[in-house]
This record gives sequence, C-alpha cells and structure tokens, in this order.
Amino acid sequence: MPELQNLTLNFGPQHPAAHGVLRLVLEMDGEVIQRADPHIGLLHRATEKLAESKAYNQSIGYMDRLDYVSMMCNEHSYVLAIEKLAGIEPPLRAQYIRVMFDEITRILNHLLWIGSHALDVGAMTMFLYAFREREDLMDCYEAVSGARLHATYYRPGGVYRDLPDSMPRYEPGKWRTQADCDRLNENRQGSLLDFIWDFTERFPARVDEYETLLTDNRIWKQRTVGIGVVPPDQALALGFTGPMLRGSGVEWDLRKKQPYEVYDRLEFDIPVGTNGDCYDRYLVRMEEMRQSNRIIRQCVEWLRENPGPVMVDNHKIAPPPRGEMKESMEALIHHFKLFTEGYCLPAGEAYAAIEHPKGEFGIYLVSDGANKPYRVKIRAPGFAHISAMDYMVRGHMLADVVAVIGTQDIVFGEIDR
Amino acid sequence: MIELLIILAKIILIVGPLMGAVAYFTYAERKIIGYMQVRLGPNRVGPKGWGQPIADAVKLMFKEIVVPAQSNRYLFLLAPVLSIAPSLAAWAVVPFGDGLVLADIDASLLYILALTSTGVYGIIVAGWSANSKYSFLGAMRSAAQVVAYEIAMGFALVGVLIAAGSLNLREIVLAQQGGIWHWYFLPLLPLFLVYYISGVAETNRAPFDVAEGESEIVAGFHVEYGGMAFAVFFLAEYANIILVSMLVSLLFFGGWNSPFEGIWGLETLFGWVPGLVWLLVKTSFFMFTFLWLRATFPRYRYDQIMRLGWKVFIPVTIVWLLVVGVAVVGDLPPWWG
Repeated sequence: MPELQNLTLNFGPQHPAAHGVLRLVLEMDGEVIQRADPHIGLLHRATEKLAESKAYNQSIGYMDRLDYVSMMCNEHSYVLAIEKLAGIEPPLRAQYIRVMFDEITRILNHLLWIGSHALDVGAMTMFLYAFREREDLMDCYEAVSGARLHATYYRPGGVYRDLPDSMPRYEPGKWRTQADCDRLNENRQGSLLDFIWDFTERFPARVDEYETLLTDNRIWKQRTVGIGVVPPDQALALGFTGPMLRGSGVEWDLRKKQPYEVYDRLEFDIPVGTNGDCYDRYLVRMEEMRQSNRIIRQCVEWLRENPGPVMVDNHKIAPPPRGEMKESMEALIHHFKLFTEGYCLPAGEAYAAIEHPKGEFGIYLVSDGANKPYRVKIRAPGFAHISAMDYMVRGHMLADVVAVIGTQDIVFGEIDR
Repeated sequence: MIELLIILAKIILIVGPLMGAVAYFTYAERKIIGYMQVRLGPNRVGPKGWGQPIADAVKLMFKEIVVPAQSNRYLFLLAPVLSIAPSLAAWAVVPFGDGLVLADIDASLLYILALTSTGVYGIIVAGWSANSKYSFLGAMRSAAQVVAYEIAMGFALVGVLIAAGSLNLREIVLAQQGGIWHWYFLPLLPLFLVYYISGVAETNRAPFDVAEGESEIVAGFHVEYGGMAFAVFFLAEYANIILVSMLVSLLFFGGWNSPFEGIWGLETLFGWVPGLVWLLVKTSFFMFTFLWLRATFPRYRYDQIMRLGWKVFIPVTIVWLLVVGVAVVGDLPPWWG
C-alpha cells in the first residue's frame, strides 16, 4: 500500500487573497486544513531601527506607513508617547481634531476591510461600493495635510495646522465637463467641516446599503457563521484586541476603558459580539462604523463653535508661526534649532496605546535624553491576530482560510513593521 | 457535394454569430457589472469601448502559450480543445425557429445533456495535466461538482420530457404553443429553477465558481494557462452560458413563441415580430441574470455546493417528477388535456 501524505500548499505571497505579502504554508488533507503556518517578514522595513537614528518628529511619517490603511491612528499613538514623555498636553481643539480624524480613519480602515473581506468571500460589488465612500474621506485627508494617504498631520503638541476654511474643488478639463464638476462640487462649497458633516449625513444610509447586500445574505452567512470561532478566554490568551476581541464577547475598548484625548466627553457605544465567529466580527465592525459616524458628528459640532489654537505655545517643541519668525530673532533661533537638531526628551520611558481600528496599537518609547529615541517598540495588533491563524483555521476548509484572513483585517505594513 | 457545402454554410452561420455574441457578451458583462458597481467599465477602445473585445482577442492571440515544464504537454494542450468542442457541438441541435435547425434529430435533448457533461473533461484534464496544486484542487472540485449537478440537471430535463412527450427540442417548443400560460415554467417551476441554477453551476459561474475560485485557488483549473489557450477556455465558458440561457428559453419559456399569443389585441399588435427575435430576447434576459448573479452574490464554499446539489436539488426534482407524472396522466388543464 502506498504511503499517504498530506498536501502542502504554499499560499502566497503572490496570491489574490493574501492581503499583501502573507505567505501561508498549509498542510491539507484534501481541502481540510491540518496546519497553517504563517510566514512573515516580506515587508519588513526596519521602522523601529530607522526611528532610532532620526529626530523625534522625523519619524512621524514612518508611522503612517506601518498600517497603511489607518494612517493617522498610527501617528496618534506615536505623538501621544512623545507627549507623555515630554509632559505636554495639546490644546483642546487639537484633541478634538485628532479624535475626529481617528474616527475618519477608523471608517476608512473598516471600509477597506469590508471591501476586501467581501471580495475574498466572492462578493465583488462590495469592494467598489466601499471605495466610493473612501474617496470622500481621502479628500478630507488631502484637505488637511495635502496627502491622500500618508498624511503626517499629527505633531507632538497638536496638529500641523488648523482645518481649512474651504474644500478644494474639481475643475472642468479633458475628462470632466462643467456639469460634472458642478455635481461633484455641490458639497464642497463650504469648509472642510461642512464637507465632513455632509458625509456623516449620508454615511449611515450607505452602511445600511452594505448590510442589505451581506447581512441577511444566505451565502454570506453560510460562509461566515461558525467560521474561525474564538471563545472569549481563548481570545484573551491569544492577545487579541480591538474588533477581534469584541467579536468574541469581551467588552474591551481603550476609548472607554483608558480614555485618551477627549473620548470621555463624547457619547458612543461599544458593540460586542457573542459567538466569536467571522459573522459576529463582521457585525461588530459594521456597528463601529456607525458609532464612528456618531463621534465625528459630535466633533464637528464642537469644532464649529470653538475656534482656538491647534498647537501648544511652546516653541521648544512646536515651531513658531511664520510671521513671528520675520520679526523676532528668538523665534528664528527656535525654528532653526527645531528643524536641525529637533528637541530632546528627558531620559525615561513611556508607553502610549490607542484604540486603533485593528486593535490596541501602542508605542513604547525609551529615551536616554538625546534628540532621538533610544528605542522604539511598536505593538501592532495584527501581529497577535496573525499568530492565531493556525488556531482559527485548523479543521476548516481552504475557502475558510480566505474568510479568516479577511476577518483578521490583516495589513502587512504593521505586522512586518 | 452541394449538400455538404450547404451544411458547412449552416455551421458557419451558427458559429460565426455565436463567436461574435461571445465576444460582445464579455463586453456586456464588463459594462453591466461596471454600472452595477458604480463605475464605467471599458470605454477607451473605439467608440464607447466597442473595440474592447477585439483588442482583447488580438492581445491574447499574440501572447505566447507557456507550457509548464513538469506538465503533461499533450494533455495540457488538448484540454482547451476538449473544453470548447462540446460547447460548440451542442449548438447543432438548437432550433432557432420552427425548422431553423442544423440537425433535427429525435433525441436532441439527450444529445445536449451528453455533450454539456462532456465539457467537464476539458476542465479535469486541464487541472490535472498542468501539474500545479492550485489547478489540481480546481479540477477535483469541478469533478465532484459536475457529478452532483448533472443528476439534478438530468432529472429536470426528464420533467420536460414527460411534459412534452418528446425528446426533440422543436417538438418541446411546439408543445408550449398557445400563450404565456402554456409555457412550462408554470407547471415545472421547481424544475426550471433547478435547471437554471444547475446551469449556472455547470458553467462555473459565480456564485458557484469554486473550480475557478479566484480568491482561494487563484484561477483554479486554468491557473497555468495563458494566451489563446486561456482564451479558448473563456470562449467555451461563455458559449456555454449562451447555450444554457437559450435552452432555458426553449425548454421552459416557449422558445420562439410570442408571449402575447392568445391575448386579444396584443397578439395582432406584435404579430409582425419574428419568432427568432422573441427567442433572442428571452435568451438575452437569462444571459443578463448570469451577470446579475455575479455582481450580487458571494461565492459558495465547495462543500456547501455539494450539499445544495445532493440534499436540495435532487430530492426536489424527484418529488416534482412524480407531480408532473400525475398531472400528465390526469390531463391537468391547460397544459395537458
């Protein structure tokens, strides 16, 4: 009798469902997974090491590139760690702006997640619907920072600049007629806040639209209910955070449990699942989008009524205004020192974590008193999630691996760092 | 000699428009799904993108066909032929109107059933000969799927056979004459649904495209194919879609019969419309539903398809065969008696 051997399938890194460069070595008995072995490191860019050789502010841009679908949240964690070490607190308006953009980022991330998750499971249309909404939010990013993806907008002590009073508009040209532009510019007549407000007005209906496509769809349910079940105690043991943990029924959200910035002044709910399967995590993330929408609306209302500074008035950390530099020698020196040498943080260490769209994203910063960090450790939520791949897919079929990769919301930028 | 030439001319008259239809069906697919997904679809080649299928064909023709080193070369190149030959040959017995048929054979329904099931050999051979794990998984899925759905499909056709009392497609259509309520989709509704869904599964279309399973096994059985060899698989798939749509309209929706037959006023108003147009309108509608399904549904998992085939479709068809049998014996009006 011939010896029977399991089929070893090399899944990725060149695979449409590998979400970038995931390489899974699957040991399969027919279509049933016996063992899944994730191989990582193909997107390693040594962010932590690079940060050690640069002044503090120069690494903010690297943080954008960690989880490249929730850019500003990564920055947020980094600047929070610096602020903690320096002992400064940004002005209230800056805190509101940060919270608003954190939630915009959460929606951006979850939209990409629902799009790619549904695409992996085979529902192609969802992907393009999600990108339609993402486009508007990208425009918000562009309006404040000039970049659609890698914003580098948060700074220690506040944000780079105040929200703009006008939105950029489309102009007629070779591809767009005047009528097209008028239609596209309809909600761009006012300020950025008006544009965001307009978005929050229509977004809940759009989420309902996604739900009509998926939530009660028999095939969607067959593909997600009971797939990748993680019980609450196991989820905690595996180091899950964020929607992965809440999907298992553990009510844990840093925004509520350890409020940072102004989250304790805002009203929102934390959705929690019960079964810990892909379907529950899907429902949790869908509800999170609605809650984020709620938070954004509260922030917009507050920001409209409360103008003020968006940066601390401490020129050891934040650059002085342009105008002042033309007249004051001291301001010029501050500016020069800040952009050549940077600033020194007192020796010590700080850990700042935020509720990132994917889970707890933390920066552990060690300073030896120099103008650059002695060590930066990034706590990426996706790393813990992908470590649980074997646990989640064992005994499932090949098609479920794809659903589990989708539900883990994996982005390789943060896992490989 | 002359007879042979006439037959040859007839074949060209069927295959030529069919290939054109396949080419523009791919364009229609991209456009329709594009609009369903709030985007525009191809619009760059020629006016409104009408040149796109031709550009695609030219590009595929000039691509090299790479044969993997460890593959079985002969089977690898034979597989696309095995796949397209049955899907073209099946058209020989399809009637486009009363008497408009290449081969008016008595057992044409049986012939079609036989040929459409042969098509899967192309897929299995392609998946096996490429010597790739992904395509092998695709081939295995396809083999299992075809066994499950062929049975349900066969039973659904038996229902039509009982209802019409003939295996000849022309006579099946003629038996449905006399207005929309005489069409078989009413008495054979479960069989129609089973046949249509099996047809979607048979042609490897979403949501049953597990043999291709883009996000799981990349492209399944044709993952190693490129250029024209790949295009031939595509031609076969789309020719099959058109065939299934046409068979659904012939078997369950009265073929070339006008839907307004027997309705006072409308019958004379639409009397001038040729039967072929009605047939094409019905076929186009079912072709559209193929695209609609693809834009709407997620993909089934492989074992769920098996469950649907064995545990739902086969029992449903067997039960409904009994119902149809009783109805035919009991001369249930208006269809029988």
